[in-house]
Amino acid sequence: MQVHRFEKVWLGAALLLIVGFIATIAYGSVGVGVGMVDDSGGQISAEAVQNGNTGTQFDDPGVVQTGEDKYTVYVVARQFQFVPGSGDNPVQVPAGANVTFRVTSADVVHGFSVVETNINTMVIPGQVSEVSARFNEPGTYGLICHEYCGAAHHTMGGSVEVVPPEEYDMQQENIDQSADDAQAQEEADQ
Amino acid sequence: MVFVDSYPKTSKLVRSEFIVAFAALGIGALFGIIQSLHRTGVFRGFISSADYYTILTGHGVLLALVFTTFFIAGLFTWAVANSLERELPHRIAWSAFWIMLTGTVLAAVSIIGGLVGAPSILGHDLKADVLFTFYAPMKAHPAFYIGAALIIVGSWVAGLAYFKALWEWRSENPGERIPLQTFMVVTTMLMWYVSTIGVAVEVVAFLIPWSLGLIQNIDPLLTRTLFWYFGHPVVYFWLMPAYLVWYTVLPKLAGGRLFSDPLARVVFVAFLLLSTPVGFHHQYTDPGIPSGYKFIAMTNTMFLLLPSLLTAFTVVASVEHGARQRGAKGYLSWLRNLPWGKPAFAGCMLAGLMFAAGGFSGMINAGMNINYLIHNTIWVPGHFHLTVGTAFALTAMAISYWLVPQITGKKLQLRGLASLQPYVWFVGMAVMSNAMHRAGLAGIPRRTAEPTYDEFAFEGVAGTVGEMRLQIAIGGFLLFVGAAMFLIVMADTLLARRGGTLSVNGHIPEPLSGANHSPRILDNYKLWTAIALLLIVIAYGPPLASMVADGLFAPGSPPIPV
Repeated sequence: MQVHRFEKVWLGAALLLIVGFIATIAYGSVGVGVGMVDDSGGQISAEAVQNGNTGTQFDDPGVVQTGEDKYTVYVVARQFQFVPGSGDNPVQVPAGANVTFRVTSADVVHGFSVVETNINTMVIPGQVSEVSARFNEPGTYGLICHEYCGAAHHTMGGSVEVVPPEEYDMQQENIDQSADDAQAQEEADQ
Repeated sequence: MVFVDSYPKTSKLVRSEFIVAFAALGIGALFGIIQSLHRTGVFRGFISSADYYTILTGHGVLLALVFTTFFIAGLFTWAVANSLERELPHRIAWSAFWIMLTGTVLAAVSIIGGLVGAPSILGHDLKADVLFTFYAPMKAHPAFYIGAALIIVGSWVAGLAYFKALWEWRSENPGERIPLQTFMVVTTMLMWYVSTIGVAVEVVAFLIPWSLGLIQNIDPLLTRTLFWYFGHPVVYFWLMPAYLVWYTVLPKLAGGRLFSDPLARVVFVAFLLLSTPVGFHHQYTDPGIPSGYKFIAMTNTMFLLLPSLLTAFTVVASVEHGARQRGAKGYLSWLRNLPWGKPAFAGCMLAGLMFAAGGFSGMINAGMNINYLIHNTIWVPGHFHLTVGTAFALTAMAISYWLVPQITGKKLQLRGLASLQPYVWFVGMAVMSNAMHRAGLAGIPRRTAEPTYDEFAFEGVAGTVGEMRLQIAIGGFLLFVGAAMFLIVMADTLLARRGGTLSVNGHIPEPLSGANHSPRILDNYKLWTAIALLLIVIAYGPPLASMVADGLFAPGSPPIPV
């Protein structure tokens, strides 16, 4: 087969470009440690998520502290809200902590994307999406469902509030305190 | 002799296929302008935000499935008849047409049902607001799935007509090389057969029985994986016909000839081999799929750049050769010696130029980890409006200016309008797609009627959000005007009287480096199909096996009406 000299040069350059792309992506995964969403989240029954009887933390979704500076956020996506996340129930996490999001769906396919970060995963009924991240900057981050999920899909948004660690601890103490107070009050009432 | 006089039966078929394609293009473009005005907030008076998704489904199905499939059927019918110099077996070819048309009507009626209050038909609400990816467990009317299946089945039958014509030709011309256009058609169809298995299994084995209530649950991850097994090769099913035009007709329009026949064959074989084992790159952010499989898909995707990069070289070299035949000199000034006022040439060139831009944003999409930043943002439709929406659609429109006269015997009408049309499309797409890409970088999602939220506001990364919205609306408007200009020219040409001598003909000049320089092994379809299947088994075997290992329908989801 006859291949022109210029074609050979072009072919070589094209192959170099391709191998270069693969190398940078491999470096991003191995060197920088950009992990992929994968099967680590495991499976779950979507019907049980809908009925709140999975026997897991998804029955009472929210933020759970799992160690020093380690938090797991359980989020249920359903038509047309994130619990927690949407409306006046934002996801609250401390800045600088290791946060793992565990997200699943109670009904159809949703998306879970924290705007302007690389937290971006599909939420598929029957599967749990697991994404780890660290927010270094305190602030409010937008949260959106980016997969069409029904007639009011465009209303399905939310926010992630990243607060300075000291403030976060104080808030938690206040919540714990008020919970304790409520319990004490309840016991006193009885 | 004009094509229509040499092959009157085949010409009638091509005309019918084109007319359905053009009708779909017209309705799809109307839906497009409604969407671009609605989601940007420029004008929301046509539809409610809930109906936006019905319009979006119609736009996707009519343009990405119906317009493309019918136009490609027409183009391939012409290319096979033209290069093998024979009428196509018309009984098979016409059955294909009617099967596809029945499917189109079923799918269109179920989508339109959503706009008229979703009346109950045969016990199911007549609506299909599920978009053209129809991810389960959102459920459409069964007629929608049956219609989609018939469009695919019809395209399979159309392929049989090309194969039969090739067999007949081979028995009359033993030992001769397959003419390049037919080689391209057959290679594309082999790729299409291999890749549509995924969606056929998804729709026939799962979605149709599930939507009819014959099975209770289906596995949403398994069905979307089967969809994307087909969902990436389908873009090559759109692209390869555009390549057929760029390789075989564009050099002639430039006044020259194709640079290299062997390289053209190599490129098409590469597409047959690599188009399918890449589907997981649409599922980089899916849970339930180990990252190793995603990495394999990423590697294959990157190598799939090779045939397109080679095409860029060959097409530009062929056009440059044409310009030099016309007396051009200099490194870049040859660009001036090209027929930029001829709509067929200008349209193909502008489509190719935009495809280069689309290729670059595609490299970002393919980049497994950088994809996180843009996945399911409006960047993605920004990308594919450059590829299917311009590389394919503008090439289809451009070549119609050249081809429709040959299949009707009528001269192209309204030439001034036709000459301007590719430029209107190009400018409209440049404005719209650029703004969509930038909006995607700001995190603004695709597939939404109102991209604004109560909890926070988007901030532009390059430019402001308001300016991007305006550009998307202006670009969308120009594209609608461009589609309308094309359809007016086509209608006027099809309705014109026959008379005079045509200035175009279907003769394809011999390439500079001809078929006799191509190794014969390139024409060995059995070998290439076998390797293609092997690559698919490697890429898809283990993940599909693990998805079905826990039961075909588990973890299961019942249908959820939208």
